[in-house]
Amino acid sequence: MLTKRIIPCLDIKNGRTVKGVNFVDLRDAGDPVELAKQYAEVGADELVFLDIAATLEGRGTTLDMVLRVAEQVNIPFTVGGGISSVEHVDALLQCGADKVSVNSSAVKRPELVNELAEKFGSQCVVVAIDAKQIEGQWKVHLAGGSIPTDIDLFDWAKEVEQRGAGEILFTSMDHDGTKAGFANEALAKLSTTLNIPIIASGGAGNVQHFIDTFVEGKSDAALAASVFHFGEIPIPELKQELKAKQIQVRL
Amino acid sequence: MKLIIINYGAGNIKSIQFAFKRLGYDTVLSNNPEEIKAADKIIFPGVGEASSAMKMLKESGLDALIPKLTQPVLGICLGMQLMCLHTEEGNTEGLGIFQTKVKRFSSKVKVPQMGWNVIKDLKSDLFKGIKENEYMYLVHSFYAEHCKETIAATDYGINYASALQHNNFYGVQFHPEKSGVVGAKILENFLNI
Repeated sequence: MLTKRIIPCLDIKNGRTVKGVNFVDLRDAGDPVELAKQYAEVGADELVFLDIAATLEGRGTTLDMVLRVAEQVNIPFTVGGGISSVEHVDALLQCGADKVSVNSSAVKRPELVNELAEKFGSQCVVVAIDAKQIEGQWKVHLAGGSIPTDIDLFDWAKEVEQRGAGEILFTSMDHDGTKAGFANEALAKLSTTLNIPIIASGGAGNVQHFIDTFVEGKSDAALAASVFHFGEIPIPELKQELKAKQIQVRL
Repeated sequence: MKLIIINYGAGNIKSIQFAFKRLGYDTVLSNNPEEIKAADKIIFPGVGEASSAMKMLKESGLDALIPKLTQPVLGICLGMQLMCLHTEEGNTEGLGIFQTKVKRFSSKVKVPQMGWNVIKDLKSDLFKGIKENEYMYLVHSFYAEHCKETIAATDYGINYASALQHNNFYGVQFHPEKSGVVGAKILENFLNI
């Protein structure tokens, strides 16, 4: 049976891991390659690298990092942050990235999703959506959640599926950073109305939150950053506890 | 050992190169028929859409060459699917090495299948030392139906062939290059065939 995936997310700036990494056994916690290798060893199913600076000048540095990760890490990884063109995606894939995620650029120019799916296949196109509830309605936000739009989360998710997205990474801005659990109601609605995998993001604080998002949220994968980076939830223990709840995981 | 990765413009070749490099082997990318014919082992990769990949194979004449190869050939993902008789993706005729057809997953499951699933009912030297029900990384919307050449099976809504073998031709639906240490072992087994 296909397993639920656990995905640590690493924020990258100028080819280095930025905030919040406190791993005990690392010589250099700022080195994304070393961190990625360690995550692969402890049983992470996939990794996401988010280039939070994503400047044009820094593009070469990021490509170099992607190349080094691909060279040394034997699990799949996604690269996101500031991606808005077919050429940029081509360069990332050529360096060994398995998937790319697009966010604001797809909202600004939805055809980008079609172009990427046609050229590279849906399997490598992740559409990241940041949304927040405004008067009870889930609205898509841009630029890391700072700019609200009028676009409804569920309409937008359906649209990108039809345009060829292979997967959706949904971050609830209402839950992100709270450590109070994932947005399971919205996740379950996405997961049942769409026929592509949904990655839950925003709100992970304890093991129960992961259980809840896989059971109630019907999520296919769960992404988190700080709970993994600070060792608050060790991945092997998390997976053991998920297994104990009859949730299929790779052990 | 001369190890060639067929380079016809389809797929994430870098990851395969790096996976062999981690095992201590250099690879050569080539679409040159003479060079491919002279190789000891051949990898036939593929990611993307079947009909356009097949078109690229035809343009370089590789569609005629590949079925005639006599050394071990390993097709990965779309590479494996193109080695079958036919695929529903783009209604594409395959190379006809494996006597089976490739169909789209039903909409009862999420498509693509994306993530880690187990391989079982293992046959063939390709899986020497590999236990039943090991996890492999898979990303695909189409699957090969079982046939006499099936050497591994996986369940995703349906039980299908996740690996195939016909004489010197091997095909795997999963990505051994992305499947941790077990995937690496399968690549190593291929090199030892």
